[in-house]
Amino acid sequence: MPADVASSRDALRAVPWEVGAPKPDPAIVADQITRTFGGLAAVNVEHVEFQRHCITGLIGPNGAGKTTLFNLLTGFDKPNSGTWSFDGRSLGRLSSHQVARLGVVRTFQLTKALSKMTVLDNVMLGATEQRGESMWRALLPGSWRSQEEEVRTRADELLERFKLSEKRADFAGTLSGGQRKLLEMARALMSQPKVVMLDEPMAGVNPALTQSLLGHVKDLREQGMTVIFVEHDMDVVRDISDWVVVMAAGKVIAEGPPEAISRNKEVVDAYLGAHHDAPLTVEEEEKVLAESEAVIRAEEARHEELMSETKEPL
Amino acid sequence: MDYAVILTNSLQAAFGPLAVFYALLALGLNIHFGYAGLLNFGQAGFAMLGAYSIAVMSTTYGLSLWIGVLAAIVSATIFALLLGLPTLRLRADYLAIVTIAAAEILNLVIRSPSSTPVTNGTRGISQFSQGFDAVAPWDTAARFDFFGIRYSGKDLWNMTIGWSLVALVCLLTWMLMRSPWGRVLKAIREDEDAARSLGKNVYLFKMQALILGGIIGALGGVMYAFNVTTAQPDAYQTSVTFFAYTVLILGGAARVFGPVVGAIIFYFLLAFTENVLVQLTAGSDPFIPPEILTRSDAFQIRFIIVGIGLMLLLIFRPQGIFGDRREVSLDAR
Repeated sequence: MPADVASSRDALRAVPWEVGAPKPDPAIVADQITRTFGGLAAVNVEHVEFQRHCITGLIGPNGAGKTTLFNLLTGFDKPNSGTWSFDGRSLGRLSSHQVARLGVVRTFQLTKALSKMTVLDNVMLGATEQRGESMWRALLPGSWRSQEEEVRTRADELLERFKLSEKRADFAGTLSGGQRKLLEMARALMSQPKVVMLDEPMAGVNPALTQSLLGHVKDLREQGMTVIFVEHDMDVVRDISDWVVVMAAGKVIAEGPPEAISRNKEVVDAYLGAHHDAPLTVEEEEKVLAESEAVIRAEEARHEELMSETKEPL
Repeated sequence: MDYAVILTNSLQAAFGPLAVFYALLALGLNIHFGYAGLLNFGQAGFAMLGAYSIAVMSTTYGLSLWIGVLAAIVSATIFALLLGLPTLRLRADYLAIVTIAAAEILNLVIRSPSSTPVTNGTRGISQFSQGFDAVAPWDTAARFDFFGIRYSGKDLWNMTIGWSLVALVCLLTWMLMRSPWGRVLKAIREDEDAARSLGKNVYLFKMQALILGGIIGALGGVMYAFNVTTAQPDAYQTSVTFFAYTVLILGGAARVFGPVVGAIIFYFLLAFTENVLVQLTAGSDPFIPPEILTRSDAFQIRFIIVGIGLMLLLIFRPQGIFGDRREVSLDAR
């Protein structure tokens, strides 16, 4: 393990286990990010930092806003407010492809294999600054052929590493779900990113392949990349993350090393509901019922009032 | 039945100037739809711009034909920019709606009374193709026979230039689509967000593709105008676009020669069915009695028959003549 990677992980030990804790060497910093869909605040993050050269797991119950936060950080969605930066450079006004060019590359929860292209073409596409991608230069094969050879060699190396070499000439659409995850990761690596953001890299992957995927994710860290990933499987999270950020209802509710997180009361409440372990007495149950009925009645009354108000002018 | 006449007439149509027109329109659509996944339903509009550029520049303003060709390219570029700027950031179906409407608007503008001084309204412009015919190395009024297939010298000249242009466009498509540029275009067709996540400026690539395919369509319009020697608004209705799509899908989308073969087969089939029907209904005692089908119906009926044939083709060979069956089946996953 390179020295800076190890020291970066060591530095995390000193970070307090609290929400918004500043990191010694953050790669990505986000401040006051809000994103609402209609009345729903999908993301409402005050402050979060992601440590460089480390694997940070982003967990939380369904609908916690993890993927939305990913979309916002990578320019695939625009927040209502907030600032966020990579290496001190603000990403606020950049579109998704500009963010990717800076070295922040993501994968998707539903894999986006380019079905009608070969596996090799899928990976070669990932290379950045290809001269032949200009329409005019494309007509002069001499200007891009040597670079194309380099790209192909690199793509073949990656396919070898991800054990997809035999499939290189096949259409990506013929790959299995797990192979598509591998392909997407290989394609993202082709751009030699600094930060890799993986949205549920293990979803729908069989256990045998999960192990190899985990190995690949750890490899990314060894190579000096910063990894942020969304995951539901707690075993996976415990196994590979150096740090865990927990989201619920759009907010970051806890941060800390993986071993601390499963003991955190806020986190357990978020997943299982508050008071999940407190036995209800008969009186308490009746009280809760009465309260909710009162709320429903008040809602109905308000609704009827609104209806009659809107009817009158008609 | 006179099989020799049917065959020679069909072959004459298959390689005739109309096949050139649709081959060029479909080659443009191939870049739009086949490679970039852009649903352009306004290809007739691009063709119309090409035809009217030539006609207006040489007749109304008395400029040379080369200026007309240049005007065709420039106007197609502007039209593509106008279509693309507001819609290419949106989902693919918006482009389809906007293009079909824009081609219709263009048609209405050109035929409107207020643009009559320039475009001569619904009557259209004629008398501009003499300059084109004059440079033919042979007598355009003469007739030429090739193995019994007869072309006028004028058609032959149009076909020579037309098919050369088709070959040139095919070469251009082939060169572009084997380059990294073509790879990005295909990736955009498959999944825009994936291309974006890899740092590709999707908007720019889509705009380039829209302009390029539009220019090819406009050049098709130029060749068509030289062939029919008029530029007339009724010739550029929406059905032209749909015939071009038929040609593209028949030949196989995202294949360099797909549109060319599609155009040849399409015009062969149209002429073949027409000729067969004409022969079946000809004479004093026709094979098909006049109560069922008269000779004048044959021209319409052929579209129905060819239409049924195309449906069967799409059911049994959805990838077209040149396509790869595996590609079509991948969509089902």
